[in-house]
Amino acid sequence: MFKLIGRRLIQMLLIILVAALILFVIFDTDDFKKRIALAELGNFGVSTMTEESYQDWLAEKGLDIPFYQRFLKWGGDVLTGDLGHSFEKDTAVGPLVLDRLKNTGLLALFVFALMIPISLTLGVLGGMREGSGLDRSLTFFSVFTTSIPEIATAIILTVVLSLGLGWLPAKSAMINGFDFSQLVLPVLTLVVYDFGYVARMTRASMAEVMTSQYIRTAVLKGLPYKRVIMKHALRNALIAPFTIIVLQLNWLLSGVVVVEVFFEYKGFGKLLLEAALFGDIYVVQACTLVAVIVAVLSQIISDIGYTFLNPRIRFA
Amino acid sequence: MAVTTITPPAPSLLERLKTPRNIGILVALAWMPLMIYVMGTGRIDEGVRNAILLPAIPAVAMLYVIAVTAWKESWIAVLGVSLVSFWFFMAVAAPFLPLADPNAPVAPFATPFSEKKDIFFWLGTDFKGRDMLSRVIWGCQRVLVWGVTATFVAYIIGTIFGLMAGYLSGWWDEFISFFGNVLLSFPVMVLFIVILNYLGPSGFNIVIAVTFASAPAIMRIVRGLALDIKTRDYVFAAQTRGESALWIMVIELLPNVRGPIIVDACLRLGYTTVAITTLTFLGLGLQPPDPDWGLMIREAAKVAMLWKFSYMLLIPALAVSSLILGFNLMADGLREMSLRD
Amino acid sequence: MAGKTNGAANGGGQTPVLECRKLCISYFTRAGEIPAVVDFNMTLMPGEAQGIVGESGCGKSTVALAIMQYLGSNGKIVSGEIFFEGRDMRTMSEEELRDLRGSQIAMVYQEPMASLNPAMRIGDQLSEVPIFHEGASPEEAMERARKMIASVRLPEPNRILNSYPHQISGGQQQRVVIAMALLSNPKLLLLDEPTTALDVTVEAGIVDLINEIAAEFGTSMIYISHNLGLILETCHRITVMYSGEAVEVGTVNDVFDAMRHPYTRGLFASIPLPGADKNSHPLIAIPGQLPLPHERPTGCYFAPRCDFFVAGTCDTGLLPMREVPGDDQHFTRCVRFDELDWQESLGKGISQDVTPPGDVVLRVDDMTKHYEIEEGALFFAGEKKTVKANEKISFVAHEAETVAIVGESGCGKSTFAKVLMGLEDATSGEVLLGNLELGDLPVDKRNPETISKLQMIFQNPFDTLNPSHSIGGQIGRVIRKFGVESDDEKVEDRVMELLDIVKLPRDFAKRRPRQLSGGQKQRVGIARAFAGNPAVVIADEPVSALDVSVQAAVTELLMDIQRENRTTLLFISHDLSVVRYLADRIIVMYLGQIMEQGTTDEIFAPPYHPYTEALLSAVPIADTHVKKRHIVLTGEIPSASNPPKGCPFSTRCAYMIEGTCDVTPPPVRDISAGHQIACHLSVETLDAMEPVIQLGAAAAPEPDVETV
Repeated sequence: MFKLIGRRLIQMLLIILVAALILFVIFDTDDFKKRIALAELGNFGVSTMTEESYQDWLAEKGLDIPFYQRFLKWGGDVLTGDLGHSFEKDTAVGPLVLDRLKNTGLLALFVFALMIPISLTLGVLGGMREGSGLDRSLTFFSVFTTSIPEIATAIILTVVLSLGLGWLPAKSAMINGFDFSQLVLPVLTLVVYDFGYVARMTRASMAEVMTSQYIRTAVLKGLPYKRVIMKHALRNALIAPFTIIVLQLNWLLSGVVVVEVFFEYKGFGKLLLEAALFGDIYVVQACTLVAVIVAVLSQIISDIGYTFLNPRIRFA
Repeated sequence: MAVTTITPPAPSLLERLKTPRNIGILVALAWMPLMIYVMGTGRIDEGVRNAILLPAIPAVAMLYVIAVTAWKESWIAVLGVSLVSFWFFMAVAAPFLPLADPNAPVAPFATPFSEKKDIFFWLGTDFKGRDMLSRVIWGCQRVLVWGVTATFVAYIIGTIFGLMAGYLSGWWDEFISFFGNVLLSFPVMVLFIVILNYLGPSGFNIVIAVTFASAPAIMRIVRGLALDIKTRDYVFAAQTRGESALWIMVIELLPNVRGPIIVDACLRLGYTTVAITTLTFLGLGLQPPDPDWGLMIREAAKVAMLWKFSYMLLIPALAVSSLILGFNLMADGLREMSLRD
Repeated sequence: MAGKTNGAANGGGQTPVLECRKLCISYFTRAGEIPAVVDFNMTLMPGEAQGIVGESGCGKSTVALAIMQYLGSNGKIVSGEIFFEGRDMRTMSEEELRDLRGSQIAMVYQEPMASLNPAMRIGDQLSEVPIFHEGASPEEAMERARKMIASVRLPEPNRILNSYPHQISGGQQQRVVIAMALLSNPKLLLLDEPTTALDVTVEAGIVDLINEIAAEFGTSMIYISHNLGLILETCHRITVMYSGEAVEVGTVNDVFDAMRHPYTRGLFASIPLPGADKNSHPLIAIPGQLPLPHERPTGCYFAPRCDFFVAGTCDTGLLPMREVPGDDQHFTRCVRFDELDWQESLGKGISQDVTPPGDVVLRVDDMTKHYEIEEGALFFAGEKKTVKANEKISFVAHEAETVAIVGESGCGKSTFAKVLMGLEDATSGEVLLGNLELGDLPVDKRNPETISKLQMIFQNPFDTLNPSHSIGGQIGRVIRKFGVESDDEKVEDRVMELLDIVKLPRDFAKRRPRQLSGGQKQRVGIARAFAGNPAVVIADEPVSALDVSVQAAVTELLMDIQRENRTTLLFISHDLSVVRYLADRIIVMYLGQIMEQGTTDEIFAPPYHPYTEALLSAVPIADTHVKKRHIVLTGEIPSASNPPKGCPFSTRCAYMIEGTCDVTPPPVRDISAGHQIACHLSVETLDAMEPVIQLGAAAAPEPDVETV
């Protein structure tokens, strides 16, 4: 177990290093540097620039140094807690990313708080009686919701709930401070898209457990149905969904981009996209760092949880 | 639906078409023209391009009939294949349908089922005045071609590495699995954004990005299957008669991982369609002016935030959802049928 | 076997524990109704043990599940009645059924591992029974579980109660399942192939336990098995099933010694009993194969395979069971049973001349194979552990000879086969095929000729052929690969020739493996192995996964081809009955070491190695005339990664000499030329052993129980 975690952490370090290096290489092209200049100085500013003054500008931004030196310096800075400076937003990257991460974290919190109970309950009820009316309708309904991409879900929800009925604001920019009503549509979009997947996995796991021989043993032991489900089936059936739910954390970081962009919600995903399009290298680096850490940590949590829930592995 | 109007061929012909070889020919006949058509935009003469598409139309129809007769036990699969075939048929038939030019501005902001400038618009026009019906039908071409190509390439790469990791084990497995894990640890969207941002947005680069994002997951699935199958006695028998590793992987393992992989491929076609649409919406995917569902959403999202004009968003959103639903239903139906036997 | 004594208390106004009347059970699938059991009758008196025997798909497990009223969503009792102590179970509510299940009627299942909840401690799983059926307090329930665990003779009850199922061995798991079934002292115990998944010596222990239970608790039992020998050891009455029908019912003695149905007779003729011999007294297989439910003929289901079929008599309507006059409630479904001459000998199989063995073909000298495995450690590579899969294996095999390698799981049979086939390197020692050293010659360095000389037949028919390729293609590939033929047409001819040899129709060449039955697949496996004219064929349990009536045919086929080609056959098996029938010489292995080797007669007669002795006693024999000495081993087979010091068998051996056997590896004693025993016991002690199996005239076996 510890060996596995150690392996994963070492792997994480390697991934971060490799990823950071690649990103420095990618964003080192002239094209990106030009893009930054263009955004900062405007079209006119750049066109009037002489080659010399452009070089001066690069030096001022610290972009004239070769990428590997910047990589090494960045690495050192990260260890001291300095994540660099954003070209686009002209602030320190650390607080910026933290602030956006907080917003996305809030979003994720609501998504999970809503999605987990719904999907687990539906999945267990469906899998308990395979082939029943509830099971069939759940299966079909979840194929439907997972088939509609987030962008389409977002559109449909906005058109109906906001543009049509006028119940909710269409955008979630939160210009005048935090507003809960602006959070509803992004959360709903993510829940509608994601719950079907988790519910289906739970259903499959539950259905498999229900046909297993040890459930037959439990029934033929003369136990009440409730006891068979609660004590014998659930424990085994929830092992697989647990790991899937934890891994959804990783998915959320990707899935959130399009939702945040559509609703103009100031979160992590929007920041990442903007920074990447702008060529804001240090912001992209920081976001990647966070993303990889979240990915590896969620994998570790799911591994530990799986081991803990499954005595066959715990006491191997 | 245009597909249903085609009279099914006589049963004897249908039976003859059902051999794997003939289905392969039909798939090639349906697919190659469309690929050449889309990838050859601007490089091939317009008349030639249209002519190339002609044989694809009957091929798609025949494939649909074959699929429906083969999968008639599962209405889910039939529904799925109907949706997918509908869009494929639209893709190959678009140049021959009586549609307005999808890129020509006619009458801006005409709502669905309304007349403007003496032209009746079934689905209205967009903010530039382009016919929505025409755009939504033409819009499926690129997403289908690039989506299927990208998934196919990802499958080839993923299967090769998966077979190697699973069958050869040892250092091969360590190396391939580590590399796969590295790629899997990247959130998909970061990977897409970084790759497409670097290479620039285009169809070919989408193929590369999807390969990087999907191949590791495919590799894992194939590796797992290969690990299971390689303990079977027939693999043992092949080893003991001195077959080479390549032979065992290609002849003994590959045909037996096919089943689960086809189901997964349908699902993954759905994911890829989502990815392409989303990327295009974010400005990283396919580029204007040719119509595409993601582009339509992207353009409309800026101007159509009103109940009256919400059709500009809804129509492409529903179109892309129906295609993905088709892929997912196909996957579900196929899985259901494979579990029954 | 005391359980058999009170079975005579039959009849006499008692209410039967269980009565099935004209029971018909069907499964409903997409293809329509599939009748699984037709017209099944059974009356089980208190304290009685009845056996149900039949091949796979005959409906015997369905009967058990129907009694439990647990047929799943697509199974249904179509007609007939099941009475439990006079109450019709079909009219019971869920509530009433729940009260019966686990308390009045309990069941023991085929796969103990799968039948126990993997995520619950065994103690919790056991104590549920008293808690829910008798309202016992958790402490009281746990105490009763502890007692029951002790009474099924499991060591350290407290440790077992605190374990999860995967932490104990298969034999122990089955004892736990039995304990669970007995906790509420049920009136009826259903045993569905309870020992099929276990090793022979472990099986013997479980069978012993079951017999004791019957004696101690007076429980009525239904014992379902495919093994006639096991039924003989446990039951009073027997029901023989074929294709969903009971074809013969009666007391064990009547059915075994005076059967009145051709299927029963065919079944006995196709199992290797003592006295059968591949040369002078070969097995007689039942021709054809089991019909699928929708292919069953009208009239007698066995008719297409029956020698006594008479058109117009056997193929009309549903045949009723008819009583055999003079016997104790002996019924048969054969319409012609009173016309047939049952005394007439079955007509012996064609006896063969003994094939004289030729020169030495294969010589194995001190062959040793060790694996290194890494033990779990924290961050970095942990300590290495050595698994001694094969330890100093030495023997020779001659041309045209059959050498059997016998042993239970973990004895190193499969590793040995892998080394021979070149998939693993031997750690030390020599393996000589002719003059060629094979021990360190992996298969990819061997030339095609060498490879084709050494071929293998595999155990599992469902795994042996690649499901994606046609039969002809797979045999053809071997022919090409070994350079027998290369011209397309000649390859094709050779494929057809091989199909003829294994007695399969030629059009099978175009078929896919899934269109073949298990026995047919195994025939293709044989054809494939013999395609390159091999000198040595390793057969790894080639018939153990097949149904009894098919086994005989495949075994005979293998023997015929071997005789024809003068091939050396290395026959790996756990089944001593089969081995006795076909082997010339036998090697007995235990935990990677050879315990005893010699000719078949030498192995089956004293002096024995103590392990051979126990093994011989453990194998159930379906013959009422056989007298067996009763030896039951205690304990489990140790793990190969942690074998006992000294003699590997010392942990279970009754003759264990403390300070010698558990410390020093045993010396190999030459009893006579070719007969070797690896044991610390002196030759005199070994010589003084009594024979385990004796052919007697006694109608019923009354073995003296020898506690070990």
